[in-house]
Amino acid sequence: MSSVQRALVLFAGLVVFIVLVGLWQGVANISLLLLQATAFALIALGLNLQFGYGGLFNFGIMGFLMVGGFAVTFVSYPLNMKFWGSDGPMLLGRALVAFAIGFALVWAARRSDRIGIKGGWKIALTVLVWFVAYVVYRSQIDPAAEYIEKEAGFVGGLGLHPVLGWVFGGLLAAGVAYIVGRISLGLRTDYLAIATIGISEIIRALIKNMDWLTRGTLTVSPIPWPVPTPDAYQAGGTSIDASFVYARAGYLAVGIVVIAIALFLLQRAYHGPWGRMMRAIRDNHIAANSMGKNVTGRQLEIFMLGAVLMGIGGAMLVSMLQIFDPGSYQPINHTFLFWVMVIVGGAGNNWGALLGAILIYLVYTLSGPLSQALFYAVSTWTTQIGWGAIPDIDSRSLQMRVFVLGVVIVLALRYAPRGLIPETVKRES
Amino acid sequence: MDQLVFFINKVLISGTVLGSIYALGAIGVTLIFGILRFAHFAHGDMMTMGAFFSFLLALVLYHYGIVLPIPAGFVVLPIAMAITAAVALGIDRTIYAPLRRRGAKPVTLLIASIGATLMIQGLIRLFFGTGQYSFFDYGEPKTIFKLDMSWAGARPITFTEPQLIMVVVTVILIIALNLFLTRSRLGKAMRAMADNADLAQVSGINTQLVVRVTWVIAGALACAAGTMLSLDVSLKPDLAFNIVLPIFAAAIVGGLGQAYGAIAGGFLLGFAETLGVFNWATVLKPLQTVLPEWITIPSDLALVPTEYKLTVSFVILVITLLWRPTGIFKGAST
Repeated sequence: MSSVQRALVLFAGLVVFIVLVGLWQGVANISLLLLQATAFALIALGLNLQFGYGGLFNFGIMGFLMVGGFAVTFVSYPLNMKFWGSDGPMLLGRALVAFAIGFALVWAARRSDRIGIKGGWKIALTVLVWFVAYVVYRSQIDPAAEYIEKEAGFVGGLGLHPVLGWVFGGLLAAGVAYIVGRISLGLRTDYLAIATIGISEIIRALIKNMDWLTRGTLTVSPIPWPVPTPDAYQAGGTSIDASFVYARAGYLAVGIVVIAIALFLLQRAYHGPWGRMMRAIRDNHIAANSMGKNVTGRQLEIFMLGAVLMGIGGAMLVSMLQIFDPGSYQPINHTFLFWVMVIVGGAGNNWGALLGAILIYLVYTLSGPLSQALFYAVSTWTTQIGWGAIPDIDSRSLQMRVFVLGVVIVLALRYAPRGLIPETVKRES
Repeated sequence: MDQLVFFINKVLISGTVLGSIYALGAIGVTLIFGILRFAHFAHGDMMTMGAFFSFLLALVLYHYGIVLPIPAGFVVLPIAMAITAAVALGIDRTIYAPLRRRGAKPVTLLIASIGATLMIQGLIRLFFGTGQYSFFDYGEPKTIFKLDMSWAGARPITFTEPQLIMVVVTVILIIALNLFLTRSRLGKAMRAMADNADLAQVSGINTQLVVRVTWVIAGALACAAGTMLSLDVSLKPDLAFNIVLPIFAAAIVGGLGQAYGAIAGGFLLGFAETLGVFNWATVLKPLQTVLPEWITIPSDLALVPTEYKLTVSFVILVITLLWRPTGIFKGAST
């Protein structure tokens, strides 16, 4: 069986699986699941670009999702007139100036060897300047943050269209990826993985605690949809059940268009000279370097491109859920889940990543209700034989999702390490 | 004098406690990296698992009404450490050993260890829910010691009984590990294998045995660290998942593969975190009388706000990776 046939069979199987789940869970439910699966698939494609094409171990996906989520919140949430009418913008402007001064100081310290400051003196100067820059920035941002939180709650949004927010999410994630990449891409494998996890935790701590900008754990909602919401349909006289299906179908269509565009571009890139070069760097970066390829620069490039997809996906997730809750981001379902998707699907193969994303997402969410049913069955049995019922089945069965995810990844690594649809390397004879 | 006591309470004691836990966790991470060359991500959840084993054993003690002079969590620690070590061996045999035999790359093992993390965490949550538990809810109170400092006209130095025993246990474990690594044949074999696995094998060292011993030590220390952490704060399913990164940071800062480096890194990060959130305003207050009127010391002079406490470790980690990726003590690289 050729790999194309294999992929076709697997996708046909996935469709049958989705239809079966739809019959079990109802149309409204499966449409919601598919809706979320499209955003997850986009993020998985981003990881496939970074890991499958470029061999980069990005374990900081959560950070990029949060950046995307913040971006769409900032762009599409209505204007907060209380903030714009207060002294807030002026105070923030001063903080920005302070930041610029700090940045200039650090930049100057980095170049201090030009005026003859070298060695240990330069290190001492750099540390001192970083400290001064930090103090200068904190001295301006702290009162500004306190003032905004007291007077206006938070900065609010810009009231623009959500799709603009998605674009901004992608760009902002790319910007963050540039900084992260510059810091950590010199590291290899395990070190890179740990560094990216650490940086994503820093991003999470920042977004969670900058209440003046993101409202932190107080959460922002409702964030507008790019397509008519169920409420809009209901106002037009559609029944409640149908309105959910229509609205979700509309959103799903947008999601599929985004996925299709991403997939088309990714496939073109993979089969083009650029993709070949990336694979060469992935498989042997020393050889690629000796052939004159700028390894670090190219890796930074692919890291940023992958982050764009992650940022857009993170933004889509937030505008779909209509709530931005920085406290809800967890490494398990915002980083590791995507790794399971890409590895089970097949790293380096976009169709594999797509299949893995949808399949794993369904398995992950459905293992909750499935184990609930299982536990109830076991519970009836234990009651019959006199051991008593299992307590708290509803909350416990939800936890089974994490366990199932762990089992899936361990089995996949052991029995199908190259994934369901492995990468096929075309060789010219 | 009050200021000094405040400093001891806030920085010295909590830094030592946090540092001990980081150090014990980081030794396990670093030993596994040294011998097996992969970042064992499930270490945090092995700590949580060990803490839950101790908790269950302590419950058994409470059930039979056995009251001992030291907290039950410490009494059952050796048994819990043995159980966790056995489970660690089992995890290695079922999950990592097949991958190693196939010659999988270290990063595949890293991903497998994330799978192990998810499995352990799922099982713990399945059995214990997501709530919090405390060793001290079942009969025995947490004894708080107050060292009287009134002779110096200061407030007392405060620490709890678990904190005191914790530091003692950490010191004992570290000395024992040191003796094992430097004096015993097996410990020497272990260091040889960490230096050069191939050379160790051709010299007739039983590498399989060394791998097993590594897991036993790592599992036992993880259990000790997890139990002590849960005795100090409270026991919950994501207890150690949140500190597995600072532990990795400690291991990397100390140089991956270097047991002594991990200890140094652990204490360094423990103190860095407590110092980072320490409010200097209280200590500097007496200076106010000396300073001219126009300088007032602000009420909050912490370097970073408390909610960024864990971030201190990550920032140190990033700086270390940039400036000296092999750590303070020159560590192994992949």
